[in-house]
Amino acid sequence: MTDNESEQSEFDAYLSLADVSEEDHRWAFGTGFGDPLAGIDVAVPAGVDPAELTATCLALGDDALIYSHRLQQWVTRAPELEEETALANIALDLLGQARLLLTRAAQAEGGNRDEDRLAFFRDEREFRNVRLVERADADFAELAARLLVFSAWRLAVMRGLTADRDPVLAAIAAKAVTELTYHRDYAAAWVIRLGDGTDYSHARAQAALDTLWPVAAELGLAGDADAYLDAVFAEATLRRPDTPPLAPVAGKTGRDGSHTEAMGYILAELQSVARANPEATW
Amino acid sequence: MVSAWETAASVLDPELPAVTIGDLGILRDVRERDSAVTVTITPTYSGCPAMAQIAADLRRRLTEAGYERVDIRTELSPAWTTDWITPEGRRKLAEAGIAPPGERGGPVLIPLAVACPRCGSRDTREFSRFSGTACKALYQCRGCLEPFEHVKEH
Repeated sequence: MTDNESEQSEFDAYLSLADVSEEDHRWAFGTGFGDPLAGIDVAVPAGVDPAELTATCLALGDDALIYSHRLQQWVTRAPELEEETALANIALDLLGQARLLLTRAAQAEGGNRDEDRLAFFRDEREFRNVRLVERADADFAELAARLLVFSAWRLAVMRGLTADRDPVLAAIAAKAVTELTYHRDYAAAWVIRLGDGTDYSHARAQAALDTLWPVAAELGLAGDADAYLDAVFAEATLRRPDTPPLAPVAGKTGRDGSHTEAMGYILAELQSVARANPEATW
Repeated sequence: MVSAWETAASVLDPELPAVTIGDLGILRDVRERDSAVTVTITPTYSGCPAMAQIAADLRRRLTEAGYERVDIRTELSPAWTTDWITPEGRRKLAEAGIAPPGERGGPVLIPLAVACPRCGSRDTREFSRFSGTACKALYQCRGCLEPFEHVKEH
């Protein structure tokens, strides 16, 4: 083999797929997912309440899973190729966070479930995501506004968790912080461009913000995240909405498993393949 | 004799095949014990789809090098940063036409100019904040007009 050929073979992501190995279950690049926390000390440390850790990881994992799915639905529908690439990348980051968090949730609950069981075989009322991530965006303005609110809020949450007593959750949060900062800044640039654009784009951006505001109440926006949003709204010449929060149902919101109508449709799409082929691996 | 570290470090990144996982700082630790070797790697991004490929390549290369048992471990903390890309890695990226990342500092409000990897001009613009893989952004040079990718500071 010449040097060139040998170099070429190293480049070929498909070449090693031909190697049959018991530990290698890939059938294409990006498949054959193993445990994303392989080799990490996953014991829940003393002083950490496993039920509380499970609940935190499940809630934040579900937010990322459902919102990632919504963002993926924009692929092939975005106005420009560059925005489509951006949204696919953001969705991928969130899916990665979801995998890590659901895996941690499964470890903390101590049963025999794993990330796939949690993602594909729970029913609607067992999901703990906030209602903000459920609605399909009606237009690009709504996408930008929702992504801004979601990323600013999640960034603040993850920053707080970098000091969590569970070192695994703290490490997952630390990785998420850099990713979310980038997502937030991308969304902010679009909200400013639309809000401070033409009269028409301004009206659409304001309408988008008004539409999603009732479900933003559940986030309990405060501190840095809130200040950041206000700064972006000011720059975008947008008014902070005063629409009232979407009422809980029998005192329950998304975090309690009470979701909007959109949730059932998302889960039907998200879970159908896994439920039709319960033994499948990815 | 080639050490286990050298063998592991020479595995190419599947998404940036101009550089190795050693150059990128993805390879964190290699421990040998008799004919067994334990390799620790760290993901660049939470959802990096190349991790399974890197693990498979490591397994293949180390098995070929004679190790009977190869364990691949993940480490999340401290989180990977582009600051871990070696000077050699940065040079190889630039040679492949990919602008290497700058140093991360505090909060950067005005992004520093990215030099065009083809003509060296600093008169470039960010064309898109994202590109073909999670770790890159798309730029264009105003000097030679060539579009190019930039490994974004992370």
